[in-house]
Amino acid sequence: MAQISKIFNLHVLICRNYKGDVDMAEIDHFMPLLMQHEEEGLICPVMSHGSVHFMWIKHSNLYLVATTNKNSNASLVYSFLYKLVEVFTEYFKELEEESIQDNFVVVYELLDELMDFGFPQTTDSKILQEYITQEGAKLEVAKTKVPTTVTNAVSWRSEGIKYKKNEVFIDVIESINVLVNANGSVMSSDIVGSIKLKTMLSGMPELRLGLNDRVLFALTGRDKGKTVVMEDVKFHQCVRLSRFESDRTISFIPPDGESELMSYRINTHVKPLIWIESVIEKFSHSRVEIMVKAKGQFKKQSVANNVEVRVPVPSDADSPKFKTSTGNAKYVPEKNLVVWTIKSFPGGKEFLMRAHFGLPSVENDEMEGKPPITVKFEIPYFTVSGIQVRYMKIIEKSGYQALPWVRYITQSGDYQLRTNV
Amino acid sequence: MQEWANQLCENRQFGSKMTDSKYFTTTKKGEIFELKAELNSDKKEKKKEAVKKVIASMTVGKDVSALFPDVVNCMQTDNLELKKLVYLYLMNYAKSQPDMAIMAVNTFVKDCEDPNPLIRALAVRTMGCIRVDKITEYLCEPLRKCLKDEDPYVRKTAAVCVAKLHDINAQLVEDQGFLDTLKDLISDSNPMVVANAVAALSEIAESHPNSNLLDLNPQTINKLLTALNECTEWGQIFILDCLANYTPRDDRESQSICERVTPRLSHANSAVVLSAVKVLMKFMEMLPKDLDYYGTLLKKLAPPLVTLLSAEPELQYVALRNINLIVQRRPEILKHEMKVFFVKYNDPIYVKLEKLDIMIRLASQANIAQVLAELKEYATEVDVDFVRKAVRAIGRCAIKVEQSAERCVSTLLDLIQTKVNYVVQEAIVVIKDIFRKYPNKYESVIATLCENLDSLDEPEARAAMIWIVGEYAERIDNADELLESFLEGFHDESTQVQLQLLTAIVKLFLKKPTETQELVQQVLSLATQDSDNPDLRDRGYIYWRLLSTDPVAAKEVVLAEKPLISEETDLIEPTLLEELICHIGTLASVYHKPPSAFVEGSRGVQHKRLPGSAGSGESVESPDTGSAAGVSEAPPAVIPSQGDLLGDLLNLDLTPPTTTGPPPPSSGMQMGAMDLLGGGLDSLMGDESEPLGGDLGGSPAMGAGFGAPPAAMPASFTAPVSGGLDDLFDLGGGVGMPMGAYSPPKTVWLPAMKAKGLEISGTFARRAGVIQMEMTLTNKAMSVMTDFAIQFNRNSFGLAPAGPLQVLTPLSPNQSIEVTLPLNTVGPVMKMEPLNNLQVAVKNNIDVFYFSCQYPISMLFVEDGKMERQVFLATWKDIPNDNESQFQIKDCHLNSDAASNKLQGSNIFTIAKRTVEGQDMLYQSMKLTNGIWVLAELRVQAGNPNYTISLKCRAPEVSQCVFQSYEAVLKN
Repeated sequence: MAQISKIFNLHVLICRNYKGDVDMAEIDHFMPLLMQHEEEGLICPVMSHGSVHFMWIKHSNLYLVATTNKNSNASLVYSFLYKLVEVFTEYFKELEEESIQDNFVVVYELLDELMDFGFPQTTDSKILQEYITQEGAKLEVAKTKVPTTVTNAVSWRSEGIKYKKNEVFIDVIESINVLVNANGSVMSSDIVGSIKLKTMLSGMPELRLGLNDRVLFALTGRDKGKTVVMEDVKFHQCVRLSRFESDRTISFIPPDGESELMSYRINTHVKPLIWIESVIEKFSHSRVEIMVKAKGQFKKQSVANNVEVRVPVPSDADSPKFKTSTGNAKYVPEKNLVVWTIKSFPGGKEFLMRAHFGLPSVENDEMEGKPPITVKFEIPYFTVSGIQVRYMKIIEKSGYQALPWVRYITQSGDYQLRTNV
Repeated sequence: MQEWANQLCENRQFGSKMTDSKYFTTTKKGEIFELKAELNSDKKEKKKEAVKKVIASMTVGKDVSALFPDVVNCMQTDNLELKKLVYLYLMNYAKSQPDMAIMAVNTFVKDCEDPNPLIRALAVRTMGCIRVDKITEYLCEPLRKCLKDEDPYVRKTAAVCVAKLHDINAQLVEDQGFLDTLKDLISDSNPMVVANAVAALSEIAESHPNSNLLDLNPQTINKLLTALNECTEWGQIFILDCLANYTPRDDRESQSICERVTPRLSHANSAVVLSAVKVLMKFMEMLPKDLDYYGTLLKKLAPPLVTLLSAEPELQYVALRNINLIVQRRPEILKHEMKVFFVKYNDPIYVKLEKLDIMIRLASQANIAQVLAELKEYATEVDVDFVRKAVRAIGRCAIKVEQSAERCVSTLLDLIQTKVNYVVQEAIVVIKDIFRKYPNKYESVIATLCENLDSLDEPEARAAMIWIVGEYAERIDNADELLESFLEGFHDESTQVQLQLLTAIVKLFLKKPTETQELVQQVLSLATQDSDNPDLRDRGYIYWRLLSTDPVAAKEVVLAEKPLISEETDLIEPTLLEELICHIGTLASVYHKPPSAFVEGSRGVQHKRLPGSAGSGESVESPDTGSAAGVSEAPPAVIPSQGDLLGDLLNLDLTPPTTTGPPPPSSGMQMGAMDLLGGGLDSLMGDESEPLGGDLGGSPAMGAGFGAPPAAMPASFTAPVSGGLDDLFDLGGGVGMPMGAYSPPKTVWLPAMKAKGLEISGTFARRAGVIQMEMTLTNKAMSVMTDFAIQFNRNSFGLAPAGPLQVLTPLSPNQSIEVTLPLNTVGPVMKMEPLNNLQVAVKNNIDVFYFSCQYPISMLFVEDGKMERQVFLATWKDIPNDNESQFQIKDCHLNSDAASNKLQGSNIFTIAKRTVEGQDMLYQSMKLTNGIWVLAELRVQAGNPNYTISLKCRAPEVSQCVFQSYEAVLKN
């Protein structure tokens, strides 16, 4: 696991001490500590030095480190660190050293607004952008008053939003997670669904989303058509959770623009949509032969797009040769992979790829792991679970008519097939 | 709670030159001077640029404090951006320039009245961050106004400011009445303000553990629950964390809070979910288990916990550490969710290891096949730590699920065939445990194990292998050769290997005495003469004496039947687990340590405990662990795993409960040993030769001293054995009988008035394992009494006379006679009320008389009532919480060791002792004659005469009697 890390000259780029109970110099212990853990192969997101605890995440080449000397709420800390990344990314597009330096004034302002005395405050970047902006000139006017949104119960949507044409786009995206054992048995599989909104609605609209949720159907005594059992549902801040808890109604005032309204998990046994059979034969000191068969186990009418089958090869393999019945195979030596790309993969079809690699006569004595074959794909106009948006009611006091648009996509999530070699 | 500084640091590679970054590039010498000039410039733009440069320098760590007055001068500006920068500068340098910081006060006060709420809030926020005493007093008035500001943004900022001020000057905050204002804000109309007020109050309350600051009552709880629906995700966390500190009055209140908290489980923010789980896990304790809602709640908890595993890896890690606790407390929640804990190839190592841990906890007969297939897969990975843990896990499965044992063993053998060194070693360590658990079942694999002897280089694996060879010496033809090969480098081995080798060779000798005399002498002399390790030496001497004085006893001790090893390992000790459940989501739950173990200054803070369940009705008093100076630091009280158990067995100094140790061998002892060397061989061979050392223990003492405890061969680690050890060194005590069992004084059972002149007073005692009824019969009548007989009515424990009442001579008027009646417990059983009631009929030549008396239940505590530690843990966990009852023992002035010794006299055995914050917790077990086990946790705090005792038993009705016995024993 441990890679040789390049030696960087660590330095603190920006730092905000919210409480004054942890010495600023403590951060100097962080990097040596991290390196030590890395060397021992025991990296851990929590590390301590004396009475100080470091909780950290890494984003590109930045470490975001929170320090504390109390029994802090660790899950809050990590949630917040990821929120920081999200906010900074929305502000600066890329969160990296340069963007921090280029915008350090705004960064300080944001750090002040996001957290006070160790308590996270307003972290909704759309709202923050209303009163913390990058162009100083514009500030003078805008900043004369606190957007009421900051402290409103509806803290995610400003008042007075106007659109000429009122529309809302609903994306239902299901990701399939599969883990298949080397002997071909499906160890675990689940569906993680996500409903994303792009809201272009004026005013403060009240929305209600209707799904073919089995619990709801059972509650209302209706049993027509296919329903879906959602194992666990997570909602955006805007959804009234107690309402959902009592009568399964998904009602909310949506944030403006793009947002993830909800996510759900379905634990049913899913047939892997793209089935892979592989034979990998390794002849020590001479060659590796790979044969991969991919089969589309979904409806004939559907088509999987941009399918990528990634097959691991030994790190010392050389002179690749490929043969495919469709698509392209490519060797990516830096990742020790063969990537077989199929632009369009109709349901029910079966394709084949053969690869041949040479192996050096002097063997690499380092043990290599057994990375699984992974698959990426996307199937539009289709959900595995059969979830459907039955309606989206939009009510605004001005009484405008608004159109909901729905789109369904199924894609690969964590899609792994273990191999024998 | 959420007090932490946030720092963003990074690996700097190359500088860059764009926009703001240009401010970082000036490094000329006259820089400060130039900046000074710019700061005092008339032009607004130039001023702002200059301040930016100053801040940039500050950021990279340059000292720009010299510019303090010039920067402060820029404070009076209506440019918000500039103002923020100046404030930032002030926060950084005010502390080093307190006098000059005063200069800023006026502007702050003025800004607190600015028409723009953003500026008012900014001012009050910044003022709180300036940690200069002189400034704080000027802060009070503006803060007071801001707390009542019309704009909620200002109020919510002011609420936090109270906490800041309290951190600097707590007295001031109290004097100024800010705490009351803060409490009022809990009723504020704005949810953000409520949330911040709750956060601030919780923070303050933490440093004042005894203040009733967060005076939570059903009204405030209701307000919090209402705000919960409306405030931001972070606010929800503050409120949930605060709710978790509340103890509902009854199960109905508990349920209604749970009902209002469960919707939070659907929140997208993992931290909200975990905090909600904390509240639910805690309040669930109060719900009756037969309630429908209880079952519903259990079902609702599983899906969100599983979904947490799709979060970012760090959050997954926190979730997994918490799930580990939850699974121990309530295994039923996730018992069907095994698959989600299967390890993915790309999981970070810390996630992999945690998942593995949980997989083992969830392993059961239903899913074992799948688990095993997975574990085998993991064992062929490349990451050493992970692979080791996977191999160990296979062993644990074998022990946990008997049906899988065979498959586990064959999997382990497959793995041994891979010849990957660390896999082989790890496999041998776990196979040893499997042998312990299933003796005489899998010995066919020993040959394969022996093949790998040479490759073992880790002490644990070597010790395990040696144990196996010693244990099965009679079946291994070349056992002596194998052990001898280890002996060559005896002094280079680690202690655990040395100890194990010593024991193994003694075992070998006892099994095959003829061929191995030389070997055993060699090892004994290595251990006693050439080693400076006291544990090793002591054990060497013990074996030596045993062998030289009574080989039969030696056999009984060394080859004693081993107690079963328990299924569950690495269990967190119950009280700690309860405390950790109250800290779900926090660092404590990640470290699996109580906060007092890693937060400075948290001593004296109350340990959190789960509320009592609805059934028991006993109110749980949080132990007040305040005072007690010089407390020993609580060790991370995780009970040693199976692997450690071996170490425990081997390492005398790990012995937790008793303080009595054998006196170190004196020089006289050394002499004795020398003598032994000379003439000891005969005695080793079992001849009844005269012991050589003058004060060596005689065999009866051995038998009694060692025979009693069920513990295995390293006889020195159970409590009663220490007594036996003393006997070994000092024969004066005579027979090593458990002395000092408590017996109450005699009381009059049958007054003469009621029995035509016969008076009976009596008591019960347990002597040498025999229950006795000791009576004084007095004839207060005028005529002689003869023909005595006694009979018992059916009673709870089947007590019955073991023989006839021996009153041989007639009892003359005014004469008394002492009679001892041995009892057994094989009589007919009927449950009595009270439980320990005994109805007796006594007959003489005059009439039949009836009386009833109560016997102390401690009479029924048998000598082998010491439970094995692991078994204790598993049993404690296994017995439902409803069966737990708590009592107070008042006015007892013994320290915990004295108490433990005293109790032991009555066959109440201390299994482990833990000290937390000056409070000793003794874990004790006792067994009744009818096989009922009673488990106890006794808390003793230095300086506090009141003990708390929690009793757990599958037959909870005995608890009351057991408690009475404790009281009686401890107070006499």
